[in-house]
Amino acid sequence: MRRYLPHVIVVFVALATFGSGFALYRAKLAALPAAPKSGPASGTHVRGKAGALVTVEEFGDFQCPPCAGMAVVLEKAEEEYGARLLVIFHHFPLAMHAHAREASLAAEAAGMQGRFWEMHDVLYREQAIWSKAPDVPSLLQSYAGTTGVDLERFKKDLANPEIASRVDADQKLGASRGVTSTPTLFVNNVALPAAEINPAGLHKAIENALKEKPKP
Amino acid sequence: MTKPAPRETQPGSLSRGGVILYSVAALFCLFGLADATYLTVLALTGETAACSGQAGCFEVLGSAYSRVAGIPVAAFGVAGYFCAFTCATFSVFNYARARKFFALTAGVLFAVTLWLLYVQAFLLHAFCRYCLFSAAITFLLMGLVVASPAPRTSEK
Repeated sequence: MRRYLPHVIVVFVALATFGSGFALYRAKLAALPAAPKSGPASGTHVRGKAGALVTVEEFGDFQCPPCAGMAVVLEKAEEEYGARLLVIFHHFPLAMHAHAREASLAAEAAGMQGRFWEMHDVLYREQAIWSKAPDVPSLLQSYAGTTGVDLERFKKDLANPEIASRVDADQKLGASRGVTSTPTLFVNNVALPAAEINPAGLHKAIENALKEKPKP
Repeated sequence: MTKPAPRETQPGSLSRGGVILYSVAALFCLFGLADATYLTVLALTGETAACSGQAGCFEVLGSAYSRVAGIPVAAFGVAGYFCAFTCATFSVFNYARARKFFALTAGVLFAVTLWLLYVQAFLLHAFCRYCLFSAAITFLLMGLVVASPAPRTSEK
C-alpha cells in the first residue's frame, strides 16, 4: 500500500487542482457582467436585451467620482430588473478631469475588440488609482490587458481617429440634449433631475417608467 | 535474517530530517500551486476584482510579460509547482531520482522567478503581491534544496 501512496497523493492533488481551478473559472465567468452589447459598428454601448421596457442612458466621465458610484447603482439595477432594463453609456469627459478623455479613448479602443464594458467596469472600479497615477497611459494599457484584449491592436486603435470621433460624437450628442454635468441620466428619454440622480431616485424613475409601460 | 534488496527506485534511504524537509517542501509547493492556479484563472477570465486597490497588480498581470505565446505565465507556474510537488512527494517516499528532479525543478523555478522579479522591478516598476508570494515560495524551495541532506547510503 505504501508503495502506491505517493502516486495516490499526486493524482489526488492533480485532480484537486484541476477541479478547483475549473470550478473557480466557472464561478468567475458566471460572476462577470453579461456579455455586451454593441460592437464597433454602431458605436453605441448597450448593456441589456433589445426591447427592454426601460432604457437608462448615462452620460458619464470615467474620472468623475459620482459616475463611479452611479456605475455600481446601475449594475445593481441591472441585476434587479434583468431583461426589463437596457443601459446605454455615452462618453462625456469633462475638461476639468485631466485624464477623462484618455480613459474614454481607452474604453473605446477596448470596445474595438468587444471589451468596452469590461474596460468600463474596470475604469470605474479602479478610478481612485489610475486618476492619481503618475503614468496613466501605461496603467490604462495594463487595465486593457486584464480585460483580455490584444494589446498591440489596442495600442494601434488608440491612435485611430475613429475612436476619437466616437467620443466627440457622444459629447456633441450630450450637449445637444442639454448635458452639462456628469453623471446625467435619461430614463426612457426623460432627463432625471440632478437631485434625483441617486439610488432611490433612479429606482423610483425606473418603477414609474415600468408602470407607464406595463408588460404586454 | 536477510535484508530485503533495496528497490531500484529507492537506492538511498532518507534521514528523518530529510523526510520532514521534503514534506515541508511539498507543502510549500501546494501553496505555490494554489497561487499559480488562481492567477491562471484570473488571466483566463480577465477578471480583475482581486486586484482592487492595487495598481501594481494590474500593471504586472496586464503587461505584455504576463503571457508567453498567448499562454499565461501563471499556467507555466502551475506546471512547475505541480512538478516540484510530485518530486517532493516521491522524495518523501525515498525515491532517489525524485530528489534530483526536485532540485532541478526548484532550480528552474528559481531562475524564472529571478527573471520575473527583474521584470517587475526594472521594466514594469510595479509589483504584484501574488507574484511576490510565488517568489517567496520559490526562494524557500531553493533554500530547502540547498539544506537537503545527502542520502545515507550511496546510490547505485
